Amino acid sequence: MRNIFKNWYFEKTNETSKVALFGVPIISLLLGLVFAGIFFWLTDKNPFTIYFLMFQGAFGSAYGLSETVVKAIPLLLTGLAVSLAFRMKLWNIGAEGQFYMGAFAATGIALAFPNWPAYLLLPAMLIAGFIAGGIWGLIPAIPRAYFKVNETISTLLLNYVAILWVDFLVFGPWRDPQGFNFPYTKTFSPSATLPTLGHTRIHMGLFVGLAIAVIFYFVLKYTKWGYEIRVCGESPKAADYAGMSFVRNILLVMFISGGIAGIAGMTEVSGITQRLQQGISPGYGFTAIIVAWLGRLNPWTIIVVAFLLGGLLVGGFSIQTSGFPAATVSMLQGAILFFVLGGEILGQYRLKKR
Amino acid sequence: MVEMIKITKKFPGVIANDGVSIAVKAGELHALLGENGAGKSTLMSVLTGLYRPDAGEIKIDGKRVELLSPRDAVRRGIGMVHQHFKLVQPFTAAENIMLGIHGLKQLYSVKKIETEILDCSQKYGLAIEPHAKIWQLSVGEQQRVEIVKMLFRGAEILILDEPTAVLTPQESIELYKTLRSMANDGKAVIVISHKMNEVMENTDSITVLRDGKNVGTVQTGLTSETELAKMMVGRDIIRKIEKEKSLEGPQVLEIQNISAMGDRGHLTLKEVSLNIKSGEILGIAGVAGNGQKDLAEVIAGLRQVESGQVFVGELDCTGTTCQKLIDAGVSYIPEDRMTTGLVPNLNAFENMILKSYRKMQGFFINWAKIRTITNELIERFDIKVSSPSYPIKMMSGGNLQKLLLAREIESNPNLIVAVYPMRGLDIGATESIRKLLLEQRNSGKAILLISEELEELFELSDRIAVLHGGEIMGIVNPANTTIEALGMMMAGKRMMECNA
Repeated sequence: MRNIFKNWYFEKTNETSKVALFGVPIISLLLGLVFAGIFFWLTDKNPFTIYFLMFQGAFGSAYGLSETVVKAIPLLLTGLAVSLAFRMKLWNIGAEGQFYMGAFAATGIALAFPNWPAYLLLPAMLIAGFIAGGIWGLIPAIPRAYFKVNETISTLLLNYVAILWVDFLVFGPWRDPQGFNFPYTKTFSPSATLPTLGHTRIHMGLFVGLAIAVIFYFVLKYTKWGYEIRVCGESPKAADYAGMSFVRNILLVMFISGGIAGIAGMTEVSGITQRLQQGISPGYGFTAIIVAWLGRLNPWTIIVVAFLLGGLLVGGFSIQTSGFPAATVSMLQGAILFFVLGGEILGQYRLKKR
Repeated sequence: MVEMIKITKKFPGVIANDGVSIAVKAGELHALLGENGAGKSTLMSVLTGLYRPDAGEIKIDGKRVELLSPRDAVRRGIGMVHQHFKLVQPFTAAENIMLGIHGLKQLYSVKKIETEILDCSQKYGLAIEPHAKIWQLSVGEQQRVEIVKMLFRGAEILILDEPTAVLTPQESIELYKTLRSMANDGKAVIVISHKMNEVMENTDSITVLRDGKNVGTVQTGLTSETELAKMMVGRDIIRKIEKEKSLEGPQVLEIQNISAMGDRGHLTLKEVSLNIKSGEILGIAGVAGNGQKDLAEVIAGLRQVESGQVFVGELDCTGTTCQKLIDAGVSYIPEDRMTTGLVPNLNAFENMILKSYRKMQGFFINWAKIRTITNELIERFDIKVSSPSYPIKMMSGGNLQKLLLAREIESNPNLIVAVYPMRGLDIGATESIRKLLLEQRNSGKAILLISEELEELFELSDRIAVLHGGEIMGIVNPANTTIEALGMMMAGKRMMECNA
C-alpha cells in the first residue's frame, strides 16, 4: 500500500482541459448513480430497473415531461436566486424561507383583492412576492453588512421562522372556513391564478424564470452594477480599493436574491396550488443550492440543471409505487451532489507517477 | 555534504528547473542568486521535499536520498526558513519551536525544553525569549525563532529564503555573523537572495540561476558584482538612471500631524507630517512594518485617521471615502497587487476598468471600447500576456505590475502612491517600472514611493523620509546623505542624532 502512495501523487494544475470541463461532471454524475445504486441493490432491488422507471416517469411521456417542467420552474427561480448571492460569496441558504414569504405576500394580495382583473392582480402579487422575499433576504443581510454576522446561519434559521409563520396563517387566521379543517386558505379567484400552457400544469412562471435567467446573464456581464458584484465576490479587498460600496452591494444583492426566491413562491401558489397551504415547498429552496452549484452559478446551465433535477423529483414520485420512500430522491440528490462537488475539486488535480 | 544533480522540474507550461546541479559542502556559506522566476525557490522546494523533481537526484553525504515529503527532508537534517515565516502567532516562541518535533512524550517538561532551546540559541548568539508570544516579537526576533526551530530539529543543511528582505542593515549584519558561526560549526548554509552586494560581502560561493538553468557556480572572492549581474540577466544592465532635475510645481499632497491605528488596534502612525510637490518623488524608507502601509492606506482613503489632516491640492480629504480620493486624482498602487490592486480571476479587460468603470456613461459597460483601450495599453506598456481574455492570475508578477501601472497612469492622476512597486520583480521588470515612475515624475506628477530597497530610494527619490515606529525620523536629500545614516534612522535614531 505504502508503495502505491510512494509512486503516485496528485499535482495541482492551472489549466482545465475541455475534456475535463465536461467529462468530470458527467463521470461524477454517473458515480453518484452507481453509489446510490449500491444502496438499491442492497435492498434487493435492481438499480437499473429503478433508474429506468425514474427516467420513464420523468421524461418518458408527455405528462411526465410537463410535470418535470412544473417542478423545474421553482427550482430554476430559487436556483437563480441563490446563484446571484453566491456570485458575491454571500451564502444565502434561506431561499426556502424567502420562497414561503413570497408565497405568503402573494396570497395576501390574492385574498384581499380577489375581484381585481388579472392584468392588475397578477403583477401586484408578483411585486408583493418579490418584496416580501426580498425583505426576508435583507434581514440577515443587514447584520452581515454592518457587523459581519455570518449569513449562512441567519438565513438558514429564518427559513424555519417563515415556514412556521405560513403554518400559523393556514392553521389559524387564514384557514378556509369551508376547508374541513385542512391547513389551507381559500382557493384563489380565477384572476389570481397564472395562465397555463394547454392542458398541462405548466404555468407562466416558466417564462418569468427564463426571463430572469436572461436578465441575470446580461446584468452580470454588461452592466456596471453586475461588474461590481463580480469584483466584490472575487476580491473584497479590490472592491474596497476601487471605492465600491461593499455594504450597499450586500444589501442589494441579498434583497434581489430573496426577491427572486419570493417570486418562486408567488408563481407556485398562483400557478400550482392556487391557495396557500402547509408545506407548499418540498424543499425547493434547499435543492436550489444543488441547482446553483451543479450549474456553476451560470444562468444557462442552471436552466438545464433545474430541468434535470425536476425530472429527478418526478422520477422519484414514480418509483414510490415500487415501495421506495420519498426520501430516496433526497438520498440520490445528496449522492450526486457529493460526487459532483468532489469531482469539481479533484478535477483541479492530476495524478502523476513519480 | 549536499548535492543536487541535474534536477529538472516542470510545471504546466514552464520548466522551472532544467538540469540544475549544485553542491554545498559542510562549513560553506553558499548563495543562490537569480532574478525572480529563475527557479531558486523551486529548487529549494525540491530540496525540502515540497516538490518532487521530474528528473535528477539528491545526495546527502554521498548517499542518494528520496525526499517524499517535508517531514522526510527534516529527518535528513534539511531545514528552511521561508520568506514568510511559518509561525503560530498566539503561541510562544518555545511552543513554536516544539511544534512538529517527533518523539515528544505526551507529558513533557516545558522547563526542560526551554532550557534546551536556550542552550541551542546561545550557542550561535541567537537571542530569543522562549516565553514571548510570537505576535509580540519584531520581525527580526521572529526570524531568530525560525532559525532556532530549524537547529532544534537537528538541521545540518540550512536554507534561508531572502532572509534580509525584512531586516535593517544592522540586523542583516548580525544575521550573517550568526550564519557564519553556524557554517564554522560544520553546517551547510544556503541563502537565497537577489541582493548582490550582501552576497558578495558574506558568502563563500555563489550559484547563479537564470531561466531555470544553472549559469555557473563561482567563488565569491574571485568574482565581481558586474560579473554576477551579467550572469543573472545574461546581458549588461545599466544601473544608473539618468534623472532630470526635479521641476518643482505646486504642492499636491500635504498631511499634517496624522495619527492612525493599525490593524491590531494600536497607533501605528504618530503625528506624521509630509508634503509632496508636483514633479517630485518622495521616498519613504523604513523596515517593513513601521507604518508605511498604514500611511499609504490613509492617503488612499482606506484607513481612517485618529487625528490630523490630509489635503490633496486645496481639497481637505481627511476622513473622506476612497471613491472621492480616486476622483481627486489619487492613484494607489498597493503592496499586494494580486488581491487588492487587481482581481486575479477576472481578465485583463475587466481589471482595466476596476476604477474607471464608474465614470462610464449610463448603465452599461461598453466592452468593445474597453477591449480597444486595453489592447492599446498592453502594446504601449509592453505587457506580455498570452491572451487578455484569460484570467490575469496566469500572468507573471512583472507583467501584472505593468498592467496595474498602465491602468493607474492611464487614469492620469495627480498623485501616485506606490507601495513596494518593485518587490518581487526581476531586474528587467524593475527597470521598466522605475522608468515609468520617473517618466511620471518628469511629466509633473507627485509620487510617494514606499520601498525597502535603499539603493532604489537613493536613485529615484528627490527626498527621502524615514519611518520608524510610526514616526518620521527625518526627511533627507539623498544627494547629501549616506546609506549608513539612513540605516541608523531606520533603526530608530533621529536625524539630529545621526548628524551629531
